[in-house]
Amino acid sequence: MNKHVKITPEIVAEHGLTAEEYERVKRALGREPNITELGIFSVMWSEHCSYKSSRVWLKKLPTKAPWVIQGPGENAGVIDIGDGLAAIFKMESHNHPSFIEPYQGAATGVGGILRDVFTMGARPIANLNALRFGSPDHPKTRHLVSGVVAGIGGYGNCVGVPTIAGECTFHASYNGNILVNAMTVGLAPTDKIFYSAAAGVGNPVVYVGSKTGRDGIHGATMASAEFSDDSEEKRPTVQVGDPFTEKLLIEACLELMASDAIVAIQDMGAAGLTSSSVEMASKGGVGIELVLDHVPQRETHMTAYEMMLSESQERMLMVLKPGSEAKAEAIFKKWDLDFAVIGRITDSGHLVLRHQGAVVADIPLGPLADDAPVYERPWEPTPPPAEVRAADMPAPASLGAALTTLLGTPDLCSKRWIWEQYDHMVMGDTVIRPGGDAALVRVHGTKKGLAVTTDCTPRYCEADPRAGGAQAVAETWRNITATGATPLAITDCMNFGNPQRPRIMGQFAACIEGMAEACRALDYPVVSGNVSLYNETNGKGVQPTPAIGGVGLLADIDKRATIDLKDDGHVLALVGETQGHLGASLYLREIAGREEGAPPSVDLTAERRNGDFVRQAILQGKIKACHDVADGGVLVAVAEMALAGKRGATLKAAPAGIPAHAYFFGEDQARYVLEIAPADLPALEASATAAGVPFAVIGESGGQALTIGSEPPISLGELRHTHESWLPSYMGAA
Amino acid sequence: MRSAVVVFPASNCDRDMMVALEKLTGRPPLKVWHGDANFPEVDLIALPGGFSFGDYLRAGAMAARSPVMREVIARAKKGVAVMGICNGFQVLTEAGLLPGALMRNAALKFVCRDVHLKVEESQSAFTNRYAQGQVIRIPVAHHDGNYFADADTLDRLENEGQVVFRYCDEAGNASMDANPNGSQRNIAGILNERGNVLGMMPHPERLIEPALGGSDGRGFFESLVEALH
Repeated sequence: MNKHVKITPEIVAEHGLTAEEYERVKRALGREPNITELGIFSVMWSEHCSYKSSRVWLKKLPTKAPWVIQGPGENAGVIDIGDGLAAIFKMESHNHPSFIEPYQGAATGVGGILRDVFTMGARPIANLNALRFGSPDHPKTRHLVSGVVAGIGGYGNCVGVPTIAGECTFHASYNGNILVNAMTVGLAPTDKIFYSAAAGVGNPVVYVGSKTGRDGIHGATMASAEFSDDSEEKRPTVQVGDPFTEKLLIEACLELMASDAIVAIQDMGAAGLTSSSVEMASKGGVGIELVLDHVPQRETHMTAYEMMLSESQERMLMVLKPGSEAKAEAIFKKWDLDFAVIGRITDSGHLVLRHQGAVVADIPLGPLADDAPVYERPWEPTPPPAEVRAADMPAPASLGAALTTLLGTPDLCSKRWIWEQYDHMVMGDTVIRPGGDAALVRVHGTKKGLAVTTDCTPRYCEADPRAGGAQAVAETWRNITATGATPLAITDCMNFGNPQRPRIMGQFAACIEGMAEACRALDYPVVSGNVSLYNETNGKGVQPTPAIGGVGLLADIDKRATIDLKDDGHVLALVGETQGHLGASLYLREIAGREEGAPPSVDLTAERRNGDFVRQAILQGKIKACHDVADGGVLVAVAEMALAGKRGATLKAAPAGIPAHAYFFGEDQARYVLEIAPADLPALEASATAAGVPFAVIGESGGQALTIGSEPPISLGELRHTHESWLPSYMGAA
Repeated sequence: MRSAVVVFPASNCDRDMMVALEKLTGRPPLKVWHGDANFPEVDLIALPGGFSFGDYLRAGAMAARSPVMREVIARAKKGVAVMGICNGFQVLTEAGLLPGALMRNAALKFVCRDVHLKVEESQSAFTNRYAQGQVIRIPVAHHDGNYFADADTLDRLENEGQVVFRYCDEAGNASMDANPNGSQRNIAGILNERGNVLGMMPHPERLIEPALGGSDGRGFFESLVEALH
C-alpha cells in the first residue's frame, strides 16, 4: 500500500467506514488522514474493536461482586479464589476466519484467547470451546467440523493446556456462518496480575514473539462485516498459527513476569500492533511513539500501513521499567523469540509512528479509543411465540424409541469423537474429564478445584431472547452446581447477526437483559466477554447465541459429584418442578419435527433455591451422582447417568396429569437428577421439604437396561451404540 | 534415586513428570535444559511428553539432535536408565537409542483416552512392580504413536523380551479394536537390548492418584525406585 495513496470515497468504504465516520476522522485530525492513519481508524472503529453497536447494552450487565478483582475492560476477567490465587478467564469468538479456513481459524482462536489470559500473568490451566455448525446435511458441515476440531486440538495440544469442556450443536442457521468460541482459564497469584495501562514517560515499548508479516491484514474489519458467497476470497485475511512459538512465548512471559520488569503488557490480537499500542497508551492516559523500522519483520519492504494492520500471531507488546531491557532480552533470547525496543511512552496523548525517517502517522488517542463512535441502534422486540400445549403434541410410538432417537441426534449424541482429539489430561490436574456437566480442574498443588463449563441454548434465544439469555446463564450455573462447586462468575461471547437490522438488535438487547437478570439473581457477575456481530450470510442471521462460560470453585475436590451412577439399588430423585414444558424443546424439534413454541420459563428464585439445596447435599456427601436436567429432559438425563456409570435404572411411570412424553422429555428448568443411597433418603427429603424444594423419588439404579413403568426395557448396549455412533459414522462418511 | 527431566522447547509434560517423580521417588528431579550437555550424574534420565520443537520436520527429530542428547546417548551407552514417554519415545527412536519409528496414527487423528496395556515383561527396571501379564489402564495422548519396525526387528524385540507393553482390551486380548494408533503387533512400549532404555507412548505419570481417575501408573515409578534406589 503506497503511502501517497489519495483517499477517495471508495477507499474509505473499503475500509468499512461510513461517510459520516470519515468526517469524524477528519475532525479528529483537523485534516485529511493519510492511508496509514485511515487504516488505523478503520480497525479501531471496527465493530470488533470498538463495540460501537453493543457498548450501550453491555453496560447493563452486572460486573461486580466481592470476589471480582477485575471486570470487563482488560484482556480478561479476574476473580479471587482464595489463598492468594486468582482465576483469570475469557471467551472469544473466531467465527469468520473459521468458516473460511477452519483449521487455522480455530487454531488461532485458541492462540488468541490463551494470550489474553497469560498476558495478565496467569498460567493457562484449561481450555474450553463452544461450537455451532450448520445442518449435518449441508455439504460444508463435515469439512468444517473436521477442520475446526483438528485446529483446536492442534493448537491446544501443542501448547500443553488441557481442553476439558465444551459444547457442539448443529442448526441450519449456521450453514453459512459457523460459530467457534474459545475460552481459556488461567491461574495467577493475586499480587502478580499484569494490566495493560501504560505508564512512565520515556519507558521503553518492547515487542516480543514472532515477526510481523503480511498475514491477517484487515482481519478485524472482516470480522465486522457480513458474509456473501464470495467469502472464500477472504482466505488471505486468515492468520496462520504457530503453537510452538506460543508455548515458548507463554514460558518466556511467565519467566519475565516473575521478575519486576514489566509496567504493562498486552497481546497483539485483532488489529495487532495498532490496537495493542492504542489501548495501552489510552488506558494509561499517556502517548506512545513507535519507530516501525525496529519492528521485527518477516517480509521485506513492509509499509507502515501493513505493519500496523498485520494480524500475525504470537506477538506481545510490553512497557518495561527503564533499565530492565537487558534482563528481559536475555529471557526472550533463551526462548529463541524476537525482542525489540520499538518505541517510547510519551506525554503527548498521541500515537506517533515513524518510519524511514519520517512521521507517517500522528493521531490523538482519544478519538481512536475512548471517544470512538458509539451507536444506539434502533431495535424492535421479538414477537412472543405462541405457547405450545404439551397435550396437543403428538406422543411417540414408545418412550424408549423416542429416547433412542434423541440420544442419537447430532445435538445430544456423545461428543467423544471431538474431545478425544483434545489432550484433556496434560498438566495432571484434570479431575472431571469432558462428557459430564462441568469439567473440574484441580488448582495445582492444592485440594481446590475450578469447575468450568460453556453453555447456551440458541433455539430458546431465538424464540424468546430474554428467557434464552437468562437460561444460558442459569444453565452454566447449574452445570457448575451439579459438581458441588459454587458458581462465581461468567465470561460471555455474544454471537448475533447484523446489528443494523432492528430485529437483530432487539435480540441482542433482550438477551443482555435476560442475562443481566440471571447474573443478579444468582450472584454470578460477568467479568469478561466478547461481541461478534454480523454473523449472517446473504442477509440471514444465525440463531442468537450468547455463549456463556462459567467458572466455579470447589474447596475440596474429594467432595465432587459426577454424573455416573455409582451403585445398584440406589434411589433416583428429581429435584425441581416438572410441568412438562415442550415448547422449543429438542423433543419437539427432533421427534415431532416442529421448531415452535415458547421456551421454558426461567424462575431464578427456584433456580437458586434448588441449586443451593443440591450443592449443600453434595458437600455433605449425601449425593452419589448428580446431573442437571437440560436438553431432552429427565429421561435423557437419567440415560446419560446410566451410560456414564455403566449401570441401568428403573423409572416409575409419569405421574397422573402430565402426558408421559411431556413429563419425560419436557425441558422445565432448575432441575437435577440425584442418585442417593436409600439410608440418606429420609433426611434429604426432609431438608428439601424444609427448604421448599420440589423433590420426588422417580426410580432406582441397577441392572443393564433402562426400564420406564410397564414399557419393555431398553438395553444400555443399544442406547450406547446409538449415542456413541452418530458422530463417528457421520465424520467417517466424509 | 536421583533423576533428571530433560526440557526441550515445547516439552509440555515436563511438569507432570517432575511431579510424579518427586511424589513417588521422594526426591525432586533435576530439570535439565536442552542446551545443557553438562548436568550432574543421575540414576534416571526422563524425556517427557510434549511437542519438542513443535513436532516440526518430524516428531522428535530436532530434539534428538539437541546438545543434551549427545550426553544422554553417551550415558545410556554406559548403562544409565533412560526413559522416554510419548514425545520422549519419539526422541529416543530418532536418536537411535531404540529401534523403529513412530508414524502418524492410523486414523490420522490425535487421540487422548485411557487404554489398557498388558505388561509383557515384568523383569525390567521399569516394570518389576507389575505382575507378568498384568493388565493396567494408562492414558495415551498423541498424534504420532503408530509404532513401526520391519518384521525382523519386531521378531527380535519379541524374542528378546524387549516388548514391555502391548495395547489390549480390558481382558488382556491384544485385539485391533484395542489398538489406538495402528502400532505393529499392538506395541505400546519397548526396551533396548541392554534393558536400560525404555520408550512408551502411554503416560504413566498421568494416572498416579484416584483423583485423576486411577493409580495404575504408580507401579511404573515404584519399579524404578526398586531397581535404582
